[in-house]
Amino acid sequence: MTVAVTAGGRARTTSLRHRLAERGVDRTLLLLAPALAFVLVLFIYPFAYGLQLSFTPAEGGGALANYREFFSDPYLRNTIWKTLGLGLPAALLNVLASVPIAYLMRGKVRGKRTLTTLLVVPITLGTVLTAQGLLMYAGPAGWLNKLLIVLHITDQPLPLVHNWTGVFLSLVITGFPFAFLLTLSYLSGIDPSLEKAAATLGAGPWERFRRVTMPLLAPGLAITFTLSFVLAFSVFPSAQLVGKPAGQTRVLSIAAYDAAFQKFDYSMGCAIAIIMAVVMLLVIALVMVWRATLYRGSTGGKG
Amino acid sequence: MTDQSFHELRLEGVSRRYGAHHALADLTLSIKGTEFVALLGPSGCGKSTALNCVAGLLPLTAGSIHLDDRRIDTVLPEKRGFGMVFQNYALFPHMSVRKNIGFGLRMRKLSKADATRRIDEAVALVQLEEHQHKRPGQLSGGQQQRVAIARAVALQPPVVLMDEPLSNLDAKLRLEMRMEIRRLHQDLGLTTIYVTHDQEEALSMADRLVVLREGEMQQFGTPEEVYDQPANGYVAGFMGYRNLLHLDVERADAEHVVLAGPGLRVVGANRGEVTAGRAVAAIRPEDFVVGEVDGNALPVTVQIAEYHGRELSVEATTSTGTKIYFRTQERVAPGDELTLGVPRHRVLVFGTGGADEAAGTAEAAAS
Amino acid sequence: MATTIAGPASGRARPRWWAVAVWLVVGFFFLNLLALVASVVVDSFGTRWFGTWLPEAFTFHWYSDAWREFGLSSVLLVTLEVAVVVVAVSLLIGVPASYALARREFPGKRLVMVLFVLPILVPPITYGIPLATLLYKLHLAGSMPGVILANLVPAVPFVILTMTPFIEQIDPKIESAARMCGASTRSIFLHVLTPLLVPGILAASILVLVRTVGMFELTFLTAGPSSTTLVVALYNAVFAAGIRANQSVDAMAAIYTGSMLVLLVIALRYVNPTQLVTRPREEPAE
Repeated sequence: MTVAVTAGGRARTTSLRHRLAERGVDRTLLLLAPALAFVLVLFIYPFAYGLQLSFTPAEGGGALANYREFFSDPYLRNTIWKTLGLGLPAALLNVLASVPIAYLMRGKVRGKRTLTTLLVVPITLGTVLTAQGLLMYAGPAGWLNKLLIVLHITDQPLPLVHNWTGVFLSLVITGFPFAFLLTLSYLSGIDPSLEKAAATLGAGPWERFRRVTMPLLAPGLAITFTLSFVLAFSVFPSAQLVGKPAGQTRVLSIAAYDAAFQKFDYSMGCAIAIIMAVVMLLVIALVMVWRATLYRGSTGGKG
Repeated sequence: MTDQSFHELRLEGVSRRYGAHHALADLTLSIKGTEFVALLGPSGCGKSTALNCVAGLLPLTAGSIHLDDRRIDTVLPEKRGFGMVFQNYALFPHMSVRKNIGFGLRMRKLSKADATRRIDEAVALVQLEEHQHKRPGQLSGGQQQRVAIARAVALQPPVVLMDEPLSNLDAKLRLEMRMEIRRLHQDLGLTTIYVTHDQEEALSMADRLVVLREGEMQQFGTPEEVYDQPANGYVAGFMGYRNLLHLDVERADAEHVVLAGPGLRVVGANRGEVTAGRAVAAIRPEDFVVGEVDGNALPVTVQIAEYHGRELSVEATTSTGTKIYFRTQERVAPGDELTLGVPRHRVLVFGTGGADEAAGTAEAAAS
Repeated sequence: MATTIAGPASGRARPRWWAVAVWLVVGFFFLNLLALVASVVVDSFGTRWFGTWLPEAFTFHWYSDAWREFGLSSVLLVTLEVAVVVVAVSLLIGVPASYALARREFPGKRLVMVLFVLPILVPPITYGIPLATLLYKLHLAGSMPGVILANLVPAVPFVILTMTPFIEQIDPKIESAARMCGASTRSIFLHVLTPLLVPGILAASILVLVRTVGMFELTFLTAGPSSTTLVVALYNAVFAAGIRANQSVDAMAAIYTGSMLVLLVIALRYVNPTQLVTRPREEPAE
């Protein structure tokens, strides 16, 4: 009797273990636990906490008081348009500029590694250094304005820093290499023999690009644009340093930072951070909806 | 090392399920010590699953495995002490040939002198003396496979498992390695379980072979048995009975069946207790002859004739378009009309059931 | 490669006008970039620089000034400590997780992958504000542990996303082979996996190191006076322009540039440049 019971019990547990093992669940998955716990505690939980905090305003007035205040105060509300006004053109320019350059570099080109290496430099230097560099180089007494005056392109130093232009320039300097490297990796993933096939069928260079390469590249470009946009949208140090943080370039991140860590209204700070995330998601969703209409299968290459 | 010989490796109702899918169903098999057994079947038939179950790399969902009186399916793979050769060699890329071969000895904590001696032996066995200090990446495919084999046999394991070890090699090398593996098997007195999808390989190397289909054993027998007396249409299709004619039973007794269909009529040996209804006649291309034999006379028109040295391999059609494949030494040309005959005992008649599919996969495997 | 069919390749013989134009644009970009960095560096060595092409004379004393005024020795030490701890902890947490992700298919794997991609995808300033708020509530912010925790948030997923494809390309059969040779799980890990993983771990740690040293937002939001890293110190100096001489701010910027370039040179010995910026796989679990 006892024997039968133990045997039955063992059979049941083994079969459960088998059934889980069939689905790939075994002790190896425990290795995931620390990382999963980490992301949940330090990423998901703070977000949830921030969301909850944003609905409990410091000065009362109902759960939505922060959001109501944000959208009724033009100074706050306009930060959305200012952020989009910087992020969208910068991301668009970066992606559009990287396509022809990456297209030229898609094959085995001499100096490709040197160029990609050079392009990594501005990204690793980061926005703070770029900002300081722009202040020096594009400032009223900097080399750029001096050169423009010597060349008689302008007689007054152009206002290139402490305004929208300054921030835009810094977004291009750090954002373009990023967009380029991504585009290049997508382009290298397209099998080059496809273009050769198109050529044997009588397609000229422009037609090959337009009819073959571009449709295969487009989904990758959508991703590139999204990531570039996210990068530009979250602009903070350069908007503070080379922009006009109180006016022209008062972007969402500055508003959120000011609310949370200057006025110590954490609740409002979190509310703005949430709004920022939502606006970003909306733009991403729009791009992804467009991307869903494209061919997204294999591109035949080693990508 | 202790005496590794044993009498019997027994699989009892070994099964492996993935959800509702049976990768291996109820495999019962007894393998004698020093026997060379091939598991044969197309990809997805469960042969690799069976091998991995024996290795212990895949837990069973039902059944048990015994080595003589010892139950081993509950023993961890590293404690089972079997050797294994993998399809893509699975050599340790960061170790030299010697280190690869000696890895198992190191895990067994053999003394340095012992290990050195046995590595030397293993290296000599596979004739890799001049390459023994290289890394796997510097070797050709055939050499890598030798290393993998040496690594598996260096421990003098009771059972060596081979998972399609030759499928990554080119045809010429495959023939050489076939001999070599068989030689090692005999010289070392190994017990080998060998997985392959190549029926020629299985027939030429194995003492006995197991034909699997969708996780179920179809036949277990010597190469002669499987080749000459396939158990069913599926095995026949896999064993080179390229012509599988689905026809109506006209008359049947215990020994013979008369089958008929549009445009043809065949008499064959009753192998599947066929009585009435539909049946499959399995005929090898090389069993056909030109002219009537045993009352079998099939009128056909030659469509394609492939030159194969001493003979031609011909595709012909009957008046209703059924394809007939045959081999002949006569010079026939497309458009020729002939009558083909075949001895009754060379026409195997089975009940219907998946035979076509087997022919398809066998062709795919052979190509 | 040289013997391509004449059709598409023949264009190479006559340079196309748009190719030239594209190269000019690239050249212009780099020229400006170079000038941008150069103006910082030149200024940091200059004595006085008003309205001329170059400063009146050159000096080193801004560096000693900056070193003293900004307490750079302690800032550099903090930066190093933060970076090293972040690298070590993110490897400890991330590598085992990558192993599980590379070797197992399980229900909900896509969700887990998304969870790991999010902290890299979402810009740090967005989640940094609620995270910093929380850390302040817990009295962790303003200190080293806070800075380290915040920096780990993108670092752990980054290690996972770098290491998972790396482990995937190690044939699992190699582990099976070791097992068949009698190796226990521990021996497999010690003698087979670790040696094969070293290049990947090296690449991942260097990538995380570069990203952590350059990480501004999260450190800025969580650092206190004693836990400021070099980027944040630089930001504070630039932001508070006018308090210190601009040249000493530039001297600090030059020090920052120099240390980043050293890191970069080291990093590029081990990793592909594109790995520094792009994720190894942009689309999770597809």
